[in-house]
Amino acid sequence: MIKTDVLIIGAGPTGLFCAHQLGIIGLTCEIVDNLDKAGGQCIELYPDKPIYDIPAIPECTGEELTNNLLKQIKPFNINFHLNQRVEEIKKVENRWHVKTNGNKKFDVASIVIAGGVGSFEPRKFPQKECEIFEGNSIFYSVKDKTIFKDKTISIFGGGDSALDWAIELSNMSKVNLIHRRDGFSGAESSVQKVKELNDQGKLNLYTKYQMESVLGENRIDTVKIKHDNGEVKDIKSDYILGFFGLIMQLGPILDWGLNIDKKKVEVNTENFETNINGIFAIGDICSYPGKLKLILSGFHEGALAARGCFKYAKPDEKLRFEFTTTSKAAQERLGIKK
Amino acid sequence: MPKITYNTHDNKTHTIDVQNGLTVMEGAIQNDIPGIDADCGGGMSCATCHVYINNEWLDKLPEKEDGEEDMIDMAFEPKKNSRLSCQLIVSDKLDGLVVNIPSKQG
Repeated sequence: MIKTDVLIIGAGPTGLFCAHQLGIIGLTCEIVDNLDKAGGQCIELYPDKPIYDIPAIPECTGEELTNNLLKQIKPFNINFHLNQRVEEIKKVENRWHVKTNGNKKFDVASIVIAGGVGSFEPRKFPQKECEIFEGNSIFYSVKDKTIFKDKTISIFGGGDSALDWAIELSNMSKVNLIHRRDGFSGAESSVQKVKELNDQGKLNLYTKYQMESVLGENRIDTVKIKHDNGEVKDIKSDYILGFFGLIMQLGPILDWGLNIDKKKVEVNTENFETNINGIFAIGDICSYPGKLKLILSGFHEGALAARGCFKYAKPDEKLRFEFTTTSKAAQERLGIKK
Repeated sequence: MPKITYNTHDNKTHTIDVQNGLTVMEGAIQNDIPGIDADCGGGMSCATCHVYINNEWLDKLPEKEDGEEDMIDMAFEPKKNSRLSCQLIVSDKLDGLVVNIPSKQG
């Protein structure tokens, strides 16, 4: 069990800046995120798109913003627990016990939910029967590519993940790449490579086809694909990979007894605490009258929530308001040497 | 004000007056039409405001911008008449538009 003052759920810009504010006032925290890297929507949805409304930063990309925030919190040596989704929370006396799907356990005084629009989960095939085979012969990510050696793999999708895996696996497997149209969203060089491999007979490209159904007993055996013109083809397949990007889902947060309306957690605007004492919500996931879904609002919310956490972490101490320009304590915490 | 009709997956029809300049997505969100999530808030980066356009309207809509078709690849059950409703800006020309909301957004 990891003991710390605050657990932040979500490593997007709001969560990262809240960690900074906690650090400044002398509280410790750890950060959990379901993605494999920090940055949240900034890094997952628009790493290269410029943002123009961060105060005092005329222009920066999602990736630059993330890197700068990480640099800003470096002095606090915060631990990140990536690829982890928080599953359960339990009140134990005046502390919260939190467990992730990777079985990491935390003992904290308060929880800050900075979960954006929810955790990112792979988008799945619409066909119901795919659920039965998920994890044994249908996958939405590749964990161990060696299982595909000398097998027939049908890959669906037109983005970089689909193209990259089609190219990579064509060396060791029989690959079918199936996409709903002739155009691809992935890198042009990968599209060219796939077309070359198709011409050389090293993979089979099926465009304007979509999945119709899958057949099999315990594992899939055949996937039926349907052309725009209605023609249906049966393709023998040992495995199916689907790459349709990620979707955000609230997940277990829905079951914690929080007041939730339209997938947003209701908070007060004094310290962004929810209806449950010790649980705060900031950034895109929180709602209150006048809420603006801007990164700068998330920073403000994080600063106030951090102060709201103080009384739970240090009930016997009083928090003094200080500026980083003059506070010796804050500068020490930032590791500034004079 | 232009009227936009949203057919939801439960076979209900909602005809709403939507102000010029708003998107078809915003018209749905502001009027609590179920089935349009718009997770990214209109940034063409999530494909959760996906709708199917009635055939008679398909050719009357502005062409897809770069990137919309790429995002539709990610949508739940994309079809030939798929559009992202955040990219459809309401104007008098769109008065009477009918969109059908899919069973799921993801």
